[in-house]
Amino acid sequence: MLLDNYETDGFYDEMFDDGGVPRSRADALAKRLVALSDGELVRRQKAADLTLLNMGITFAVYGHEAGTEKVWPFDIVPRIVDGAEFTMIQRGLRQRIFALNLFVNDVYNEQRILKDRVVPSDLVFSAPCYLKQCLGLKPPGDVWCHVVGTDLVRDSDGQFYVLEDNLRCPSGVSYVIENREVMKRTFPQIFGGLRIQPVEDYPERLLETLQHVAPANGHSPKVVVLTPGIFNSAYFEHSFLAQQMGVDLVEGSDLVVSDGYVCMRTTRGLQKVDVIYRRIDDTFLDPLTFRPDSALGVPGLMDVYRKGRVTLANAPGTGIADDKAVYAYVPQIIKYYLGEEPILNNVPTRICWDPEDLKYVLQHLAELVVKPTNESGGYGILIGPRATAEELSAYADQIRANPRNYIAQPVLGLSRVPTIVDDHLEGRHVDLRPYILYGKDIFVLPGGLTRVALKKGSLVVNSSQGGGSKDTWVLAESVNGEANRRPHFQEAVVSHV
Amino acid sequence: MLSRVADSVFWLSRYIERAENVARFLDVNMHLTLDLGDSIDQQWEPLVATTGDYSEFAERHGRPTRESVWKFLTFDRENSNSIVSCLRSARENARTIRGSLPSEMWEELNKFYLFVRGAAVEETLEHSNQFLGEVKRYSQTLVGISDSLMSHDEAWHFGRMGRNLERADKTSRILDVKYFILLPTSAEVGTPLDVIQWSALLKSASALEMYRRVQGRITPDNVVGFLMLDLEFPRSVRFCLSRAEESLRAITGSAERTFQIRAEQLLGRLRSEFEFTRASDIIKSGLHEFIDRFQLSLNEVDGAIFDHFFATQSMVQSQSQAQ
Repeated sequence: MLLDNYETDGFYDEMFDDGGVPRSRADALAKRLVALSDGELVRRQKAADLTLLNMGITFAVYGHEAGTEKVWPFDIVPRIVDGAEFTMIQRGLRQRIFALNLFVNDVYNEQRILKDRVVPSDLVFSAPCYLKQCLGLKPPGDVWCHVVGTDLVRDSDGQFYVLEDNLRCPSGVSYVIENREVMKRTFPQIFGGLRIQPVEDYPERLLETLQHVAPANGHSPKVVVLTPGIFNSAYFEHSFLAQQMGVDLVEGSDLVVSDGYVCMRTTRGLQKVDVIYRRIDDTFLDPLTFRPDSALGVPGLMDVYRKGRVTLANAPGTGIADDKAVYAYVPQIIKYYLGEEPILNNVPTRICWDPEDLKYVLQHLAELVVKPTNESGGYGILIGPRATAEELSAYADQIRANPRNYIAQPVLGLSRVPTIVDDHLEGRHVDLRPYILYGKDIFVLPGGLTRVALKKGSLVVNSSQGGGSKDTWVLAESVNGEANRRPHFQEAVVSHV
Repeated sequence: MLSRVADSVFWLSRYIERAENVARFLDVNMHLTLDLGDSIDQQWEPLVATTGDYSEFAERHGRPTRESVWKFLTFDRENSNSIVSCLRSARENARTIRGSLPSEMWEELNKFYLFVRGAAVEETLEHSNQFLGEVKRYSQTLVGISDSLMSHDEAWHFGRMGRNLERADKTSRILDVKYFILLPTSAEVGTPLDVIQWSALLKSASALEMYRRVQGRITPDNVVGFLMLDLEFPRSVRFCLSRAEESLRAITGSAERTFQIRAEQLLGRLRSEFEFTRASDIIKSGLHEFIDRFQLSLNEVDGAIFDHFFATQSMVQSQSQAQ
């Protein structure tokens, strides 16, 4: 009943192969789903919805009445990733993040990669997220991007591609942990016997990472999470991570620079802060250095940071590495710093900044996906084949007016996962965002956020645009598998430092 | 701990306590009016006065009736002291400090809020007892969770101090309002109606059974003594003041019978006044006058707590949480 008439429609389905046979990684789950009594899956889904509401796991919606909260839709049919495949993803992400971190450090210091003309310096300097204020910064251990969430998609060819690097303040990891919790509370029997890798140790590892990069201030490091406040869409996550790490969640007005240190205002006076896991954007951090109108930041913070007396995670300026035009150069960046071929592929990308590419993009607009280089959240994207003639021509004007601001990619056939629609299952498109921590070594959480486009046929998975999420099960690799061990700081890094 | 967090924990527990007290007043009055028959709209007026918003009420609703008071005190979002408004404020405070609270506490409070918000659209007047019972139960559960799951650290003491100051305030208001209503009818002293009214007063503070064990028969002096001065009853003003002071000293680290900050000085003075007073002294000096002075002193304590602990915060934070 649930799966009667289930079609893969020519897309890669994460549960079934083209012949409708469960893939080996999903075999046990598919059998369990089919064996459920009538209506059971829908009942479990309702129980999960109620659990989320009671837990108050919400996100704030912009453009609505201030403080509007919504529960992010959660679909209880999990997405399964094979253990060996995820090990490949982990290796690819370690390689990529290691190289991107070197790139950020380079463009704000020696600029070797620009002098060697591997990445055009104009492209870098013209990026709005390239911050001159960060020139010459040397964060502890040369680590700039401590927390990264990289968006992957699987195309119709069954291969994973990197769609976007998020090196600023990627959000969503709290949902990875809470989705697992909700699954365990509401649908425990579905887990039975499957060897699913745990995600619950993320807060511990995050704290370890943050403490590791603390400046030597002569006491055990005081870590805080800095939030813009309860009206921010990711506020739930900020408070969740602070709670799970057992650190204070502060707002800008709780912090003050005093005697050359960053301090927080407590009931017993000022207390020094050593590491700030900041969830506000670069340019809001310090009104004296960046935007003077920022009320979210801390005046004087950057001075203390430059003197090495406080660590910011992530460091300001990392946005240059996830500019979507720079993205197109990541394969070259990896080769340049590591002398290796990328393990994970990029989606082929045209940069409108390049006159040849611009010409091509304008001629083929109706076939392409076009994205602003400096936006996230799925805003401002054009999906050529779905756009009207008027939309296409208006968008073409925007591109001509500011070519630097756009890139174009082919339309991908994102893979699909069975998803509850009314009383049965239908395929819906998904992406995958694994989370990476870079402190003493590079750690990739075995799991990730699977976002699902709940609207039929939609390719947009963002929470702000009708997306939901799913629990992501990374299976343990069979005996002696790498994924069973704690991932080490491995090949890409060890062999090239 | 962060001043902002201390402020929010303090108000979070005050708002929950406030919601519970409103539920207690309402519950008792609903029962009482069943005993008294029709001509009892006047029974609803003191309730509005107890929560301290009489002028606001009169402006919007005119004469208090069972329905209008019920709506005003339960689901009226414009009344900042209605149950739903208290819950909304409590939850907003909890959200800003969610990271500092045990998950189970946040979850229970969130369920509490969703329950009240969900009930608002339904007809609860018919089943008031059930609804108010749930409000009391949730509030008590939250106190239980904070006692048994939160470390009894600074944050916990701020919460406990807030709850006890709120409770002291509400108990004194119940007494003031009811006494004021009861006193002029001295001709009726000793009649069955009088006993019912006095019992209702005790019941509002859930004090009837404990009163009986200590005092036996109901007399106005003994009721005043019990609600204001009893050493062991957890809703008596004296008991609340002494617990609030205990928490304040735990926060500052001051030894007993000493003080370092103004809030400690004021609260200690107030508590000792209650320790060295008899019910007959209060009655003699005039109960209403006594309570009036007490309310003023309590406001001073609140102000001193705010100045010392919360105001270090830049004034962005609303000071206006106080009623």
